[in-house]
Amino acid sequence: MRLSELPRGVEAIIERVEDARHPDPVARRLRELGFVPDEAVRIVATAPMGGDPIAVRIGFTRFALRREEAARVIVRTDLSRPDPQARPHP
Amino acid sequence: MNMIPPTRALRIALVGNPNCGKTALFNLLTGSRQKVANYAGATVERKEGRFTTPQGHAIQVLDLPGAYSLVATSPDEAVTRDICAGTYRGEAAPDLLVCVADATNLRLHLRFVLEMRQLGRPMVLALNMIDAARRKGMDIDLPRLAAELGAPVVATVGIRRNGARDLLAQLDAPPPPAPTPLPPDTDLHAIVRRILGECVTRTHPVSGAIEDRLDRWVLHPVWGPVILTVLLFVMFQAVFAWAQPLMDGIDAGMGWIGEQVGHLLPDGALRSLLVNGIIAGAGSVVTFLPQILILFLWILVLEESGYLPRAAFLLDPIMSLAGLSGRSFIPLLSSFACAVPGIMATRTIQNPRDRLVTILIAPLMTCSARLPVYTLLIGAFVPQRAVWGVLNMQGLVLFGLYAAGILSALLVARIARRGGRGQEAALLMELPAYRLPNPRDLLLGLTERARIFLRRVGTTIVSLTVLLWALSSFPAPPAGATGPAIDWSLAGRIGHLMLPIFAPLGFNWQICVALIPGLAAREVAVGALATVYAIGDAGADTDQAAMLGHLLPAHWSVATALSLLAWYVYAPQCVATLAVIRRETASWRVVAITAGYLFALAYVTALLTYRLALLF
Repeated sequence: MRLSELPRGVEAIIERVEDARHPDPVARRLRELGFVPDEAVRIVATAPMGGDPIAVRIGFTRFALRREEAARVIVRTDLSRPDPQARPHP
Repeated sequence: MNMIPPTRALRIALVGNPNCGKTALFNLLTGSRQKVANYAGATVERKEGRFTTPQGHAIQVLDLPGAYSLVATSPDEAVTRDICAGTYRGEAAPDLLVCVADATNLRLHLRFVLEMRQLGRPMVLALNMIDAARRKGMDIDLPRLAAELGAPVVATVGIRRNGARDLLAQLDAPPPPAPTPLPPDTDLHAIVRRILGECVTRTHPVSGAIEDRLDRWVLHPVWGPVILTVLLFVMFQAVFAWAQPLMDGIDAGMGWIGEQVGHLLPDGALRSLLVNGIIAGAGSVVTFLPQILILFLWILVLEESGYLPRAAFLLDPIMSLAGLSGRSFIPLLSSFACAVPGIMATRTIQNPRDRLVTILIAPLMTCSARLPVYTLLIGAFVPQRAVWGVLNMQGLVLFGLYAAGILSALLVARIARRGGRGQEAALLMELPAYRLPNPRDLLLGLTERARIFLRRVGTTIVSLTVLLWALSSFPAPPAGATGPAIDWSLAGRIGHLMLPIFAPLGFNWQICVALIPGLAAREVAVGALATVYAIGDAGADTDQAAMLGHLLPAHWSVATALSLLAWYVYAPQCVATLAVIRRETASWRVVAITAGYLFALAYVTALLTYRLALLF
């Protein structure tokens, strides 16, 4: 599932960050900020009036991002094993 | 012969992520020996300072803009990238890079440190806020970390008096060799994880972070906006109520100086220039210093405490209605004091189009310079009547004027943003850890802002007031002439020439004349009206305003007063704002567009207001 669809307060593990276009500076910056595979992430708050943007916690850092940006981050909520649906198709 | 003279200072640069406490460390090292300017050819702020180490080495230190990565996404980050790489034109490469990292957030900050290492330049890692990391139960093995990085590591505490001792000792030691870069395409995140696993041990498990508990309220969809509203309300209360005694004091002081100078000099052009031109002109602007300082103190406290980005988060849905992001909130908030610092604060907006639109609408935020005009006109024309028992009619009109500015800004932004459709508006912003603001950093930040403001008063505004004084004083009226002297002057003639343009708005020639000095600074219009209606001599501005309040209703209709109020909501005539727009955008076109659209809005709104008011 995508980070933008994750319910608030549920811990998830990052699978990967997808590029929405080529090149995608937002995706690149997300990776630099630590949105990398196997990191734990959780939505800690959603904004008033419709819940966009969201605030997420990753490690000790918190970021505010719009859902459009968060949609680039693919996560799984099953913390024990990789989510087969989230794997890229061969 | 070619030896480097021993007096040449070692040039170091502080570089690190935003929120790593770099500026606190810079302030700790340099104290007040700082110089703030711009990088050549860029609108990015350049902060430089000097200090001497305990062993007497002279150090010249550059505080580089915070960056998350050397792959820059904003002009600020581009400057940092180029200076670290030694490719910035006109800036020599620093002799030593001091990488500053927040010890409590190494997961994020260490990646950038590794990126710096890839540059292969001599560097030192300053692990800042080491005290907070220890309190959080983190034990960091500094020698091992240094071995991993191939660069010395020192612990610092930017907010404590001796917090830079180890860094100073390192600067006294012989310079470290440059680290060997890792092979290109190394996964820096993987290295960070490995280093953290090897060098950081937890002495006790982390208890629920303070951020989690505070954010539950601060970012709450209902309580968050309530807290924000209360904070903003108290802030405006402080700006407009607490500043008043100080402002009255400065006002009286400038009046007294004017009087003393007036007594010393013989009657004539020189006395008039000094008293009516320079002292009265500069004085009326300096009067706003307390307001601006209180506003900036608030903004600094909110910024240093980590609240401001959270306010931007809460306001992002509203800002996105206007096609902007929450990032535009901070510059727009500053613009309520004065559009000049507000426009300067747009530098933090990464998206160039968002930044341009924010600059365009910043003058629509009601700056404090418009307040004297509002106060005068509302006091003179709006009855002091209770509305619904609790509200005051005068207060409602004032609120309406502020609201009109904000709504117009949202509308203008929406229209201006249309051109950039298809482009994604990015927010992606760190919500930093909460921190107790440090008094020294607040004081230094405040002095810096006061200095910028006073320099503006000293240069642009004084020279313009002198010019306008000359326009309103020459030629002098012939002997035996009746009526105010300004009527005979160039300004008076210009006022009469302007009349056909402004008559449809209900303005008389006196208002037209007062609009001319209002170009320099909007609040000067009050003094100018006093001059035109020939009441009072120099000084005693407060009496002038009070007398004007009694006099104006006899000369103007209510429709004219309302029309002038509407005009001032847009008031395109502020030279300082236009000058700073020119400096920040390096484009006369943007200046022309801003002045043009503000003039058009002011004209149309004043016209509509006047015509509507005439119907009642």
